[in-house]
Amino acid sequence: MNELLAIIEEQPFFEDMEPEHRRLLAACAAKCSYTAGTRLMRDHEPTETFWLIREGQVALESPLREGSVAFQTLGTGDILGWSWLLPPYRASYDARAVTDIHTLRFDAGVLRERMEADPAFGYVLMKHFAALIVQRLQAARLQALDIYSHGGPGHGA
Amino acid sequence: MAPDAVATLPDQAMAPEPWRIHSVRRDVASNEVFSWTLYPEPGVEPGAAPAPGQFNMLYLFGVGEVPISVSAITDDGGIVHTIRAVGSVTRAMQDLEAGTVVGLRGPFGTAWPLEQPRGRDLVLVAGGIGLAPLRPVIHAALQRRSEFGRVVVCYGARSPGDMIFRDELDAWAERDDVDLRITVDRGTAAWRGDVGVVTQLVDRGGFDRRNTLALTCGPEVMMRFTASALERRGLKPEDIYVSMERNMRCAVGFCGHCQIGAHFVCRDGPVFPYPVMEPAFRVREL
Repeated sequence: MNELLAIIEEQPFFEDMEPEHRRLLAACAAKCSYTAGTRLMRDHEPTETFWLIREGQVALESPLREGSVAFQTLGTGDILGWSWLLPPYRASYDARAVTDIHTLRFDAGVLRERMEADPAFGYVLMKHFAALIVQRLQAARLQALDIYSHGGPGHGA
Repeated sequence: MAPDAVATLPDQAMAPEPWRIHSVRRDVASNEVFSWTLYPEPGVEPGAAPAPGQFNMLYLFGVGEVPISVSAITDDGGIVHTIRAVGSVTRAMQDLEAGTVVGLRGPFGTAWPLEQPRGRDLVLVAGGIGLAPLRPVIHAALQRRSEFGRVVVCYGARSPGDMIFRDELDAWAERDDVDLRITVDRGTAAWRGDVGVVTQLVDRGGFDRRNTLALTCGPEVMMRFTASALERRGLKPEDIYVSMERNMRCAVGFCGHCQIGAHFVCRDGPVFPYPVMEPAFRVREL
């Protein structure tokens, strides 16, 4: 537990959280490693988990008829998974370990119950995930803008 | 206006000198991005060597003149310019071969602030061809490696095929004193690196928020989001520098084509402290 708490305390994502809230998170966490190629989430399947990636790379992929296409990769320090927050609690993409990865795996089903029972904790965790989702949404918009396709800084007219 | 208040052009400021293209390097399969290594023709006395971040005006005789950042300086006085063919002048430059003589004026503008206090972490965030103006910074930082703390280079490209300076990226990746992070907006089946915008590489941290100098160059929207990501990581705005792109014509703060608010990008920039340009980032169509 102390080791898990120490890991959580050094992660920027959990900054600004009260010690008691970090302890609640640590109580729902476990160290977990996966080999390259492991599918951590599968599109449309139920998910009651999120991960803090401590080392390694994970690809988020959309399954298409011609095969999966990675639209984003996550790495050290990134959080994987928010589908557990809202009904229907199903993944909306695949997540595959590109390399061997080391994670903290959180039992989000239990966490959700604690969020319901302790609205202050629930609000804090929801705010942290909302910020993460906004950040990813902005990144996705930037990606969709195809910003490198036009011109460039100081390089031509 | 009193006669003594009338601005005058510096002597020879608008007169290009002849420089010869010594070699041409083509980086992207589409031939869209190319680099020239230029040397002065006999009789030309080059001025001060350009500092990282500065630009030259390159003149294709009979076609036109464009501002191009310096992407490297060779040990024997050559200047490397990396150009993307996006307009009438640069498209005309695209097919020129080694041996051609072009006109060159410069160097102009402000440089990246590499003389800031020693020991700071250095974070460079480049998007697309924005790697070119930061490339001499990387060269300088590696030459003076002991003066910096961690050196983090974040590079975002449209796709693996659009990455420039691949050989140098490979070399930097091999070094254990450079933290090179590369991402592409769109991967391919063969791509094993990161996919996503360059700001996510900044979000991964790995530098001292209280003692870091961050330099960024790329499309304005990318620089804006990069600055936000850096601030989110705890950097102060004054520790962030951006390089601006505008339609520079005279290059000496005379014609006003490159004006942003009270600033002439050619003279007061192109490298600006982020707090100076931040208000402009919020003005639409500026």
